[in-house]
Amino acid sequence: MFSRDVLRIDPAGVAEQIQTTLREQVLGSLRRRGAVVGLSGGVDSSVVATLCTRALGPDRVVGLLMPERDSSGDALRLGAMVADRLGIRHVVEDVGPALEALGCYERQLEAIRAVYPEYGPGWQCKLTLPSLLEGDRLNVTTLTVADPRGMQRSSRMPPAAYLQLVAATNFKQRVRAMVEYYHADRLNFAVVGTPNRLEYDQGFFVKQGDGAADLKPIAHLYKTQVYALAEHLGVPAEVRSRPPTTDTFSLAQTQEEFYFALPYADMDLCLWAHDHGTAPAEVGAVTGLTAEQVERVYRDIEAKRRASRYLHQAPLLADDRRGP
Amino acid sequence: MTVQQRIRAFILENFYVSDPAELADDALLVTSGLVDSTGVLEIIAFVEEEFGIRVRDDETTPDNLESIERIASFVARKRQANGPTSFTSGDVSAA
Repeated sequence: MFSRDVLRIDPAGVAEQIQTTLREQVLGSLRRRGAVVGLSGGVDSSVVATLCTRALGPDRVVGLLMPERDSSGDALRLGAMVADRLGIRHVVEDVGPALEALGCYERQLEAIRAVYPEYGPGWQCKLTLPSLLEGDRLNVTTLTVADPRGMQRSSRMPPAAYLQLVAATNFKQRVRAMVEYYHADRLNFAVVGTPNRLEYDQGFFVKQGDGAADLKPIAHLYKTQVYALAEHLGVPAEVRSRPPTTDTFSLAQTQEEFYFALPYADMDLCLWAHDHGTAPAEVGAVTGLTAEQVERVYRDIEAKRRASRYLHQAPLLADDRRGP
Repeated sequence: MTVQQRIRAFILENFYVSDPAELADDALLVTSGLVDSTGVLEIIAFVEEEFGIRVRDDETTPDNLESIERIASFVARKRQANGPTSFTSGDVSAA
C-alpha cells in the first residue's frame, strides 16, 4: 500500500552506515586525510558536514563558505553557525572577485539585455520553468526580471541568450569547485559532494561544478530522508526550516520554480512511486494531485533523467582498451 | 517545400538522427529524447523566424510541438488565425 511511510528511515542506522562507508572511502579508497565540504547554509551540506565530522573527527573536516554577489546573507551566517557547532574549521572564500574577473556577471548581463535592454543596476533576475500542475507544458525556461521598483516581467529567451545566461551562471558552481579542490589539495583531503537523491538523479547540478566531488554520501537519500537525518543529527532548526533555494540568481527563487515540478516532499514521493511502478491514481490519493498531474510528473522525471545522462557521463574514450 | 518538409529539414539539420528515413513525422521528439529543452527553444525560434508567427508561452505544449506533424499543424493554425501575438507572456506584476 503506497503511503508517505515508504520514505521512512531509521535515521540512527542510516547515519551509522554512511559514517562507516565515508570513513572507509576517504581514508581507505581515496587515501585522503580528511574532508572538505562546501557549506551553503542548507540542510544537505549541513548533514554532510555533520556526517563527516562524526566519521572522521572535527580536526579532519574543513567547511568552506563561498559567497558571491548574489548569495543571500543567510547562507553565510547559517553555514558559519553549522561549522561552529560542529567544532570544525571553516574558511570564508569570497568568490565574487574571481567571478568578476571571469566576466560571469558581465556575460549574464549581456544575455539578459538581449531580452530586456534596460536591465542594469538595481534590477534582479531568475529563471523559472512552467508549472507542470497547471497543464501539459514542455520544459521551456522563462526569464523573470524585477526592476528597481520591484515590478516583475517574464519572457522566453532566444536560445543563444538562454544558453549564454546558463553558461555564465555555471561559473559560480565551477569556481566554487576549484576553491574546494584548492583546499583539498592543500590539506590532502577529499572533496565531499552534497547532492541528495532528487538532485543527483534528476541532474540538478553543474557538470564539473557542484557535480565534481570525490564522494557523494547522501546521493541515495530522498530529501525527506535528509530532513529526518538532519533532525536526528541535531542540525539547527533554523537550517532545517529554511526553504530549499538555489541561491544562484539575484531574485529569490525556489528549487521547484527552477527545476523540480513539485515541492520536495511530493517530488520525493513521485520519484519513489515512478521507480516502483506505482499507479498514478494511488500517488494522487496520497499527494492530492490528480492522476493526470502525476503522469505529467512521471514524464518529467524521465525527461530530466535523459537530459542528465550527459551530466553524469565521464569523458568518452575513442578506444577504452588499457595498456600498450 | 511544404511547411512540414521545412520543419523536417530543420530537425534533421539541427538534431542528430542516425537514420533520417526512420524519423517518422509523427515521432515524439521530446519523449523519444531526440530534442531536449534547449532544442524546444530552438524549434520555437525557428518557426517564429521562418513562418513569421509568434508562439505564446501557453502554446508551448506537447500537442503543438512534440512532432514534425504537430508543429506543422500548429504553424498552419497560427497562420490561418493571422493574428500576431506577443513574443513575451507580458505578465506584469508587483514583486
